[in-house]
Amino acid sequence: MSVPDVRDLYQEVVLEHGRHPRHAGKPDAYDFSSRGENPMCGDRVEVFFSCGPDGRIVDPRFDARGCAISIASADLMAETVAGLDPDEARRTFARFCEMAHTGAYSDGDARMELLRPLAGVHEYPSRVKCATLPWHALMAAIEGRGVATSE
Amino acid sequence: MNHIAPAVLDVSRIRQDFPILSQTVRGKPLVFLDSAASAQKPRPVIDAMVNAMETQYANIHRGLHWMSERTTEAYEATRDDAARLLNAADRAEIVFVRNSTEAINLVAHSYGRGVLKPGQAVLISAMEHHSNIVPWHMLRDDRGIELRIAPITDAGELDLAAFERLLEDGKVGLVSITHMSNVLGTYTPAERIVQIAHAHGAKVLFDGSQAIVHRRIDVQALGCDFYVFTGHKLYGPTGIGVLWARRELLEQMPPFLGGGDMISSVTYERSTWAAVPHKFEAGTPAILEGIALGAAIRYVESLGYDAIAAHEQVLTDHAIFRLSAIEGLTIIGRAQDRGGVVSFTIDRAHAHDVATLLDRSGIAVRAGHHCAEPLMRRLGIDSTARASFAAYTLPSEIDALADALARVREFFG
Repeated sequence: MSVPDVRDLYQEVVLEHGRHPRHAGKPDAYDFSSRGENPMCGDRVEVFFSCGPDGRIVDPRFDARGCAISIASADLMAETVAGLDPDEARRTFARFCEMAHTGAYSDGDARMELLRPLAGVHEYPSRVKCATLPWHALMAAIEGRGVATSE
Repeated sequence: MNHIAPAVLDVSRIRQDFPILSQTVRGKPLVFLDSAASAQKPRPVIDAMVNAMETQYANIHRGLHWMSERTTEAYEATRDDAARLLNAADRAEIVFVRNSTEAINLVAHSYGRGVLKPGQAVLISAMEHHSNIVPWHMLRDDRGIELRIAPITDAGELDLAAFERLLEDGKVGLVSITHMSNVLGTYTPAERIVQIAHAHGAKVLFDGSQAIVHRRIDVQALGCDFYVFTGHKLYGPTGIGVLWARRELLEQMPPFLGGGDMISSVTYERSTWAAVPHKFEAGTPAILEGIALGAAIRYVESLGYDAIAAHEQVLTDHAIFRLSAIEGLTIIGRAQDRGGVVSFTIDRAHAHDVATLLDRSGIAVRAGHHCAEPLMRRLGIDSTARASFAAYTLPSEIDALADALARVREFFG
């Protein structure tokens, strides 16, 4: 018997970022951080970033305990939001949520290309919150809230 | 109904009683290994609810007409069924609640606030469901009643020596403890717990949510003071459960919720309470669910607990044998006395990812902290996947699980 058909969710890029995240680990110094918690499953992610002189996100990192989807999403998020200002990050968050729920997003945005491997999560309703949890934590950090939940 | 229970379950015949088991999921036969979260429903339970709605439905206990009388009879017959199931001395000791959570909250509110005194303590174990932790946190914060936690061993068994030490100062008024862990499958040594607790002046409540599905419960033989269970894990409907307590305790306890059905008389100035158990049953209850719980109890009795327990022991042994052979898989909980619940972790694969892959093979398991976060922390893990078994589970379904898990290992390896 073969592995069931889950490659729509677990694309190679997702598996790779889940196994070997590039932006994992709490940095020595940072300006903003926030925790994301999923009370239903116990997943936790903490997001950190510094703020550049122009207000842009610098060196986003995360520390997570969770599934392959939440780790990969946190890592791809960190790659995506580095260099964005808070408004750009908010817009990307909105598009990502749209994609996680529907499989697509409404307008062309080059940054979304990096996140597209996670589009398959929309076929797995119980896993959407795994993908969005790190984003909720990032938004909480940007808004100055200490903790976020994906519930 | 008096059935002569066969020594061995005829599982293929039992499966015909559960219409849902012939469903396919994602094009594959359903392999339902999540019965510890909620069990599937046999035809007699389904029919009991439908028949009640189609032929004899009305509100109960106060109607002066035929429909209400018939419905009341059917609902109250379940109180007899539950009393028989638990071997309660008195049918008035059966209090209907929504579920085990409500039963424990009722005891925490009514016995905890009405009978226990500040300075006393409640003792639970380190392997409780949140439903047997949070109500005691609330009682502690409200009334200054200490909460103590009896440790478990690394194998997932209650540390009885430590348990006894926590009772020695005589402050513990109530031990509230699971009869079978929903995560580890461990049965707690109920008779010993009662002996030790009573010797130190403490009452004992068992959370029987899991145990009653797999084992015959005799509250008089156990000697406990409270026993709670929920209907939906026992092949019954959601929204109905049972609190059993010794009559003298129920008499002593103040009501939980106030309202209709629980009063003797009401004036604008004051109310007086109805006799037990109705003192604890305010408002229109889950009538249809109560009626169908009776059908579920009679169904389980018709299978026979000896046969159920023997069947599930075979399944559990088989699951442990098959899963132990999978490299990188760790079974969580190695108690000597255990029931049909097997939790496990897999190296490099999070429980949610495991559950998603199994789901795509048509296999339903639970994954997460199982509403037992403190236990997860005690075990040094975040989550497990959990397969749980019922009277309708086939050994071949466990083989399907084991085969699929071997593929999960490859996928995340």
